[in-house]
Amino acid sequence: MMRRIACLLLLVLIGCGDRPAAAERLVVSLSKQQVAISSNFVGDELVLFGTVQPDGEKAAPRVYDLVVTVTGPRQTLRTRRKQRVLGIWVNVDSREFVRVPSYLGILSNRPVADIAAPDVLRRLQIGLANFLLPQRIGNDIADTVNDDPFRQAFVHLQSQHGLYRESGSAVTFLTPAVFRAAIPLPADVPLGSYAIDVKLFAGGQLTARSNARLEVTKAGFEQYVADAARDHGLIYGFATMLMALLTGWIASVVFKRD
Amino acid sequence: MQIYLPIADMPVNIFLVLGMGLAVGYISGMFGIGGGFLMTPLLIFIGVSPAVSVASVASHIAASSFTGALSYWNRRAIDLALALMLLGAGILGTATGVWLFTMLRALDQLDLVIGLSYVTLLTVVGALMIYESVRAVLRARQGLPATIRRPGSHTWLHGLPLKVRFKRSKIYVSVVPVWAIGFIIGFVGAIMGIGGGFLLVPMLIYFLRVPTATVIGTSMVLTLITMASATVMHAATNHLVDAVLALILMIGGVVGAQFGARTGQKMRGEWLRLLLGLLVFAVGLRFALELVVQPDDLYSIRYVRGE
Repeated sequence: MMRRIACLLLLVLIGCGDRPAAAERLVVSLSKQQVAISSNFVGDELVLFGTVQPDGEKAAPRVYDLVVTVTGPRQTLRTRRKQRVLGIWVNVDSREFVRVPSYLGILSNRPVADIAAPDVLRRLQIGLANFLLPQRIGNDIADTVNDDPFRQAFVHLQSQHGLYRESGSAVTFLTPAVFRAAIPLPADVPLGSYAIDVKLFAGGQLTARSNARLEVTKAGFEQYVADAARDHGLIYGFATMLMALLTGWIASVVFKRD
Repeated sequence: MQIYLPIADMPVNIFLVLGMGLAVGYISGMFGIGGGFLMTPLLIFIGVSPAVSVASVASHIAASSFTGALSYWNRRAIDLALALMLLGAGILGTATGVWLFTMLRALDQLDLVIGLSYVTLLTVVGALMIYESVRAVLRARQGLPATIRRPGSHTWLHGLPLKVRFKRSKIYVSVVPVWAIGFIIGFVGAIMGIGGGFLLVPMLIYFLRVPTATVIGTSMVLTLITMASATVMHAATNHLVDAVLALILMIGGVVGAQFGARTGQKMRGEWLRLLLGLLVFAVGLRFALELVVQPDDLYSIRYVRGE
């Protein structure tokens, strides 16, 4: 029940945050809609291209800013803190982060703090500091203040693994109306469906919005093995065991002396 | 050369993993142990999740103990009756261990319990082995017989009832300590994700007075059966066995085990036990440091569930 309320709240926050002030149109396209992980996958970089189309001829050309928010499949993760108890380091305290993105990339053409006012950024959840990361506190689910130590540690650890990132230089405007954004995917990128939300700013105000989707899936042999392990666990287990016995047997035949 | 592991969901360097398999296989062949207590921490160190590491190491150990067991079988150095009785008790121990594992996991203190059990077991067993083997080495220097085992040397363990004769090992002991040892190995294995060979070998030697000739082969058969069934169980219940990772480890492991076994057979028993004792003790110290020294990051993240 609490979670449902939290989700609703989240939808409201995302859905009707800001009305575009002017009527520019934003057209975006991804270099590929599907990332297939095969045995030689070591990470990837996607490119998002887009153009800004002014509304009719009356609009004077403006200087734009662009923020791309990439969110991976949601996960519930627990952040634990160690403390010294009787001379040894023990996990004494933990917080559960409920349905937070497994991947979160906030990419822009300049640091988000320069793009819009703090209250606008907070309302639109722009920047790692403003993104909603709900925690379970007792029976409630809520985001805490930005300088909460658990929240900071969580964002820090996820950033260290390349899963959370905020970059003020990942988006480049090729012409005043054409841009490209580089979306880096680390080697251990979470599998699933990614939402890409593109927001266009002019003069510190949101003027247009667009989105795209991206699927990260396993392919070929990787897909086959993963499916077999999941759907036919017992057979897969016996096959692995037989493989072990066969490897052991071959070795003793190959290395047999006398 | 990188290869993406389908279950661990991450790329690894093939040659690094192959090298790890080779090194651990060499040690396991030399001492007649599975080497899980070395391999599992190594895999976790290169970034494989602990659950996938434990599950995949099981099949790697099955492979290297099978190749070892085959060569001991040819030399008639396996006491099958003893191995099967230990196994029966081991299954009971494993079931108890799995139950406790699940409970501790819910309490979020599994890391601590695993850490503490590694430290206690490894340092104590390591220290005992060093002590015993150094004494044996010194005795050998003085021209005395290297082992303290004399015919008719009995401890209180031999006074227990329900005695059984194990022909291959030429021992006549009560089934009580045999069942107890089997239970402990199964229990510890389930909690710590190890085969327990490094515990079983000294226990068989010191408590049951199993002769060195059959102890390693017997321990390998037990390791083989437990690890082969652990592979199937992990695959059927948790779906966490990474066959690609396992295959790379196995290939390195069996090759290493063959060379290790040759080195082991050339060495004197007490020196072999001293080396193993030092190794076990060193790994124990390494875990102790991890618990005592302040970690770089006090925070860590654990996956709870997906969508």
